[in-house]
Amino acid sequence: MSEYIDLDALARVVVAAVVVGAGLPALFALGVRMLASRTVAVPGAGAGAEDAEAGAAAAPRPAPWRTVVAGACFAVIVGAIVLGIWFIAAGGH
Amino acid sequence: MTETILLVVVVVTALGFDFTNGFHDTGNAMATSIATRALKPKTAVLLSGTLNLVGAFLSLAVAATIAKGIVDAGMVSLEVVLAGLVGGIVWNLVTWLLGIPSSSSHALVGGIVGAVLVAAGTDGVLWGGLVSKVMLPALIAPVLAVGVGALGTWFVARLTRGIPQDTTSRAFRWGQIGSASLVSLAHGTNDAQKSMGIILLALIAGGAVPEDSGVPFWVVLACALAMGLGTYLGGWRVIRTLGKGLVEIDSRQGMAAETSSAAVILLSSHFGYSLSTTHVATGSILGSGVGMPGAVVRWGVARRMLTAWVVTLPAAGAVGAACYGIDQLVGGAAGSFTVFGILLVAAFTIWRLSRRTPVDSANVNDEWDDDAASAQVAEAVAEHDVSALAIDDGRVPVGAAAGQTAGPTAGNGRSAA
Repeated sequence: MSEYIDLDALARVVVAAVVVGAGLPALFALGVRMLASRTVAVPGAGAGAEDAEAGAAAAPRPAPWRTVVAGACFAVIVGAIVLGIWFIAAGGH
Repeated sequence: MTETILLVVVVVTALGFDFTNGFHDTGNAMATSIATRALKPKTAVLLSGTLNLVGAFLSLAVAATIAKGIVDAGMVSLEVVLAGLVGGIVWNLVTWLLGIPSSSSHALVGGIVGAVLVAAGTDGVLWGGLVSKVMLPALIAPVLAVGVGALGTWFVARLTRGIPQDTTSRAFRWGQIGSASLVSLAHGTNDAQKSMGIILLALIAGGAVPEDSGVPFWVVLACALAMGLGTYLGGWRVIRTLGKGLVEIDSRQGMAAETSSAAVILLSSHFGYSLSTTHVATGSILGSGVGMPGAVVRWGVARRMLTAWVVTLPAAGAVGAACYGIDQLVGGAAGSFTVFGILLVAAFTIWRLSRRTPVDSANVNDEWDDDAASAQVAEAVAEHDVSALAIDDGRVPVGAAAGQTAGPTAGNGRSAA
């Protein structure tokens, strides 16, 4: 088997793909969550959350720390995109 | 003189392959954005087409000799390349007709391997290379992509639980567009270079450019345009399967799937392990259905795709082999022109068949009717003998020929080759 397959390269691909490919969407979701109105941000707020939100249409702006965390999340994502474009342009592909 | 014409034929065919490649793979990047209405269908294909065009100019680092390490390089003559291209194009068109996303590079490699088998026998093929560079990656890519896509989707679903859907949709549509754009860009760079490599190979073999020549600018331009145009015309049938058929998708899943695709494609090539864009994209979308609690995954559709993937190499190979055989049988330049003629007839026939059940930007998002889809595929499987399709030009369907005026309806101009 290993004469046909570079297990080392494969292992690195798998790890990196999981970290980046699943991590970036998670970061993005975290960012969205941080910016979403506070009423629904209670951890473990289950099925009732939608109802709570319905009453909070004019929700207050998210707390500053939440905005900062969200900004950091999105910044990492933008960085990853720039890196991706650079990588394509550099001909790694 | 005939040598020059032959060269022109090969170049045109390579551009035709480039075109079907873009056309066939639009869905890899844009199917999810279209399905979730993050972008209007026309806008999506315009964006993807433009990015494919730009991507083709971004890098010439690869422009690799196609099928390097897979077939004996000494065996690759103009005739072999032509037959291989025809095999690749025909298989791309057949799978498009069935709405099945399948790997364009597999189709091309299959076509060339088939032609080499006829030209040089089993010794002409480097089987170890075929296994390690084509077959194993084809197994690994979807599995990895399903895993990454599922995990990403699961995280996203967890983290956005309780946030009202219109909030998440607004945000995630942007994420979707961004990640899909990256996939388009990578596709343009990666796949357009394959066609550039083929054309360069043909030009060198025909003595039009010196052996150490780089890719001439007009080749880059022509490949970029063909790829961009193909993408823009949009393989709506494939888009529909990927966006609506495989999984019912929302913008969170779409974003996770496209990010997974972009990451797996770029990272795998970074680590020297190139995976098929189509296999990765399809796997990611499937994964986004697996990872989303309560999402509908149509395993029947997935199974059909897997079957098509397995069949791709031998089927394209059969067409490639048949074309090379015909080329040699007729002999000389006339043989190559015959093969080119067969390609035109096959492309036209498949296009006519597609007009029976047109799929375009207007109905690409219609509800998925599983019965209709299975019937279509069952019919198609019954006529699975692709080489027959390619060779027997007598089988232009009566129904299609009689039932429709050759309308200029939102035409897809597939015979552009």
